[in-house]
Amino acid sequence: MTLLGKLDWSAIPLDQPIIMGTVGCMVLVIVSVLAWVTLKGHIPYLWRDWITSVDHKRIGVMYLVLALVMLLRGFADAIMMRTQQALAAGGAQGYLPPEHFDQIFSAHGTIMIFFVAMPLVIGLMNFAVPLQLGVRDVAFPTMNSISFWLTASGVLLTNVSLGIGEFAKTGWVAYPPLSELQFSPGVGVDYYLWSLQISGIGTLLSGVNFVTTILKMRAPGMSYMRMPVFCWTALASNLLIVAAFPVLTATLAMLLLDRYLGFHFFTVNASGNPMMYVNLFWVWGHPEVYILVLPAFGIYSEVSATFSGKPLFGYRSMVGATMAICVLSYTVWLHHFFTMGASAAINAFFGITSMIIAVPTGVKIFNWLFTMYGGRVRFSVPVLWTIGFMVAFVFGGLTGVLLALPPVDWQVHNSLFLVAHFHHVIIPGVVFAAMAGYNYWFPKAFGFKLEERWGTAAFWCWFIGFHLAFMPLYVVGLMGMTRRLQHYDVLAWRPWLLVAEAGAVMILAGIICQIVQLVMSIRHREELRDTTGDPWNGRTLEWSTASPPPAWNFAVLPQVTGIDAFWKSKQRERTQQAQSPKERKFEPIEMPKNSAAGFVTAFFAVFTGFALIWHIWWMAGAGAIGIFLTMLAFAFRDEEEIEVPADQIARFEQAHQAEVAV
Amino acid sequence: MNVAVAVDDEVRYEARPSGSEAGPAAKRIVVGFGFWVFLLSDIVMFSAIFAAYAVLTHATAGGPSGAQLFNQRSVAIETACLLASSYTCGLMSIAIASRRYAATYWAALVTFLLGACFLALELREFAGMIAIEAGPQRSAFLSAFFTLVGCHGLHVTAGLVWLVVMMAQVAIKGLQATVERRLLCFTLFWHALDIVWVWLFTVVYLKGVLS
Repeated sequence: MTLLGKLDWSAIPLDQPIIMGTVGCMVLVIVSVLAWVTLKGHIPYLWRDWITSVDHKRIGVMYLVLALVMLLRGFADAIMMRTQQALAAGGAQGYLPPEHFDQIFSAHGTIMIFFVAMPLVIGLMNFAVPLQLGVRDVAFPTMNSISFWLTASGVLLTNVSLGIGEFAKTGWVAYPPLSELQFSPGVGVDYYLWSLQISGIGTLLSGVNFVTTILKMRAPGMSYMRMPVFCWTALASNLLIVAAFPVLTATLAMLLLDRYLGFHFFTVNASGNPMMYVNLFWVWGHPEVYILVLPAFGIYSEVSATFSGKPLFGYRSMVGATMAICVLSYTVWLHHFFTMGASAAINAFFGITSMIIAVPTGVKIFNWLFTMYGGRVRFSVPVLWTIGFMVAFVFGGLTGVLLALPPVDWQVHNSLFLVAHFHHVIIPGVVFAAMAGYNYWFPKAFGFKLEERWGTAAFWCWFIGFHLAFMPLYVVGLMGMTRRLQHYDVLAWRPWLLVAEAGAVMILAGIICQIVQLVMSIRHREELRDTTGDPWNGRTLEWSTASPPPAWNFAVLPQVTGIDAFWKSKQRERTQQAQSPKERKFEPIEMPKNSAAGFVTAFFAVFTGFALIWHIWWMAGAGAIGIFLTMLAFAFRDEEEIEVPADQIARFEQAHQAEVAV
Repeated sequence: MNVAVAVDDEVRYEARPSGSEAGPAAKRIVVGFGFWVFLLSDIVMFSAIFAAYAVLTHATAGGPSGAQLFNQRSVAIETACLLASSYTCGLMSIAIASRRYAATYWAALVTFLLGACFLALELREFAGMIAIEAGPQRSAFLSAFFTLVGCHGLHVTAGLVWLVVMMAQVAIKGLQATVERRLLCFTLFWHALDIVWVWLFTVVYLKGVLS
């Protein structure tokens, strides 16, 4: 069997009805979607306009689709765990055997952080940042496509683990020595490591791309202090990506060396140091929290200013708070493991820094409140998510400040209190923001608004369901229930876990409402159509162009004279007559050419990753050569850009102006 | 990126824009800056491995320590090769700027040979250590040593492959703007490897021999 490494028929868990049923459903869905696409003849369209597209807007949309699909997968894991814990009390064992339950909680964490939260945030940044900056694309459009497809490769490998082999049983953090070969000899940890390494490269390249875009490519006149706050938070987030993800790459590489080549970084023998992994992991892990939540803060800032009809309160303090969090995020990592046994002085230092970081966050909350205060707030769906976030996040943040006290942390370390806390900050912080951003920018991306009633219903289901699901976990956490229990004997916990189960069902209702909202909106798109390009009376530049924007975003780069550039220009237009588009002169625009490099690289990356997981060395070598040849072919292509002729731009602009006038 | 700017009336009252208001930068600047950011991320990755090495310096598990293993002469020659290759790489940049193809090829060739010498010496050092049972599997210290030095070595290897590809591009496509930008990135990369090596030389070899 050396030809296929460790792979043989026993890798497929044919004896596990739950897994095989899920795999069967997934395969069925994928095959039917592919068949439908092929039969309808959509493949050339998909290939030309999406798969090989290097347009930041389309890549952003693809990130969001990927994230929402994976949200379903991650949520399925969540509701399975809640159901298991609702059942498996006392004599009952529930329906999930321990080895399966362990894979589910590991997969849930990994998927939700890396393949839901990250693509949501990166997708929204991709879509909105270049438009807000008033430019035509990101700094490196093809690299952007490569980033996306590498993320998709990681997603694919994680999902393959469901049907072929197993996923890690170590929790999403994969602490050694448990994750070492000695204690996890299966392929589960390898699936975890290679999916994260491959998608991590994609994330790092995204970070490089956005830092460069924001610092070097802004519309003329847009100085730093005139950038929309979402761009500022995106800058902070991407700086953190550039400075934190390499640490994760290095750490996971060390674990890979331990597992594949018998190195001793984190082993218990030969003087290895498992706690070093924990430290390095959280040197990445805590900035990661802010990588996710800072852009979310940016979305809330845009939404609260736009829907209150006021400029953002305290723009400068918002920028300052963002950058302060960006720096401070590197000083708190040890609070994830106060129980390591560091000295009291060290624990005190990290406890205090963890409390300090709550200060700039508090500044932001006040800024949003004062933005809304005295404004004419329109309670549209994005605003509901924003207000819901503020209510929930303050509470979740306060439990975080509690946990920042080392003595308290020692009591509730790794309990469900902790689980409740981080869900309490990350769901309102990131998921609510993504939903707000999705409802906010959807009309910009597709030219019609999302339906409001189902959107409101979705918000309330999520908001109530979220509290039902996680408030009881604080209680059982304080009662002593540790996380990741497949079974427990304390019957007093059970009522609380039943309430949590009800909450999970309520969130499911919220997700269903969102799917219905999308379907209904597509069906009624003619009534929901927005021809102005500015459905919310927006303030920033993305609303100054057509919806959906043309490939070149702006026929002429906007000239920026202050914060809220579009708002200013609207006010100016009210006083003086706007120039009619006929008098304007357009110049041809150079746009980057489509490229299959991202897709092909990702194909070989999956190939290589799968081969490495199963120790199929010839296949890994072939995949690596494939990636190299792809890069080479890309480097030697002759044409990099195509020119959009001026009359095409003029025609588009005239059509858009005519629509706006109607 | 086309840098067409509106010539509307609203622009005129603006004085000449300062640096941060000048609009999108030229492509050469964008590419160079982006590559700098990538290099910074690479240096962060190295610093994680440096940190691991620092933690594990004394974790020899009864095996040999750095003082017993490191050969100062070989390391000195390695360092000389790498630093000299940075100099010839700089000569290559000058040749490119003045469009002298032959000088470009010669400088690239010398850079390549010096880099290859460096790699050969490093591999000889590794082989020697593995031969006396001081391979990366021996102790946590040696795992960290092989990873840190090997990671730098892998970067040098990647640089050599990149250099060959670039020379092929110069030969086939000539010194057009794209090729020139890529060569700029290559030289940045090559110099950054020197900076990492200076750190590595200090932290690993000098400190190792002193202790």
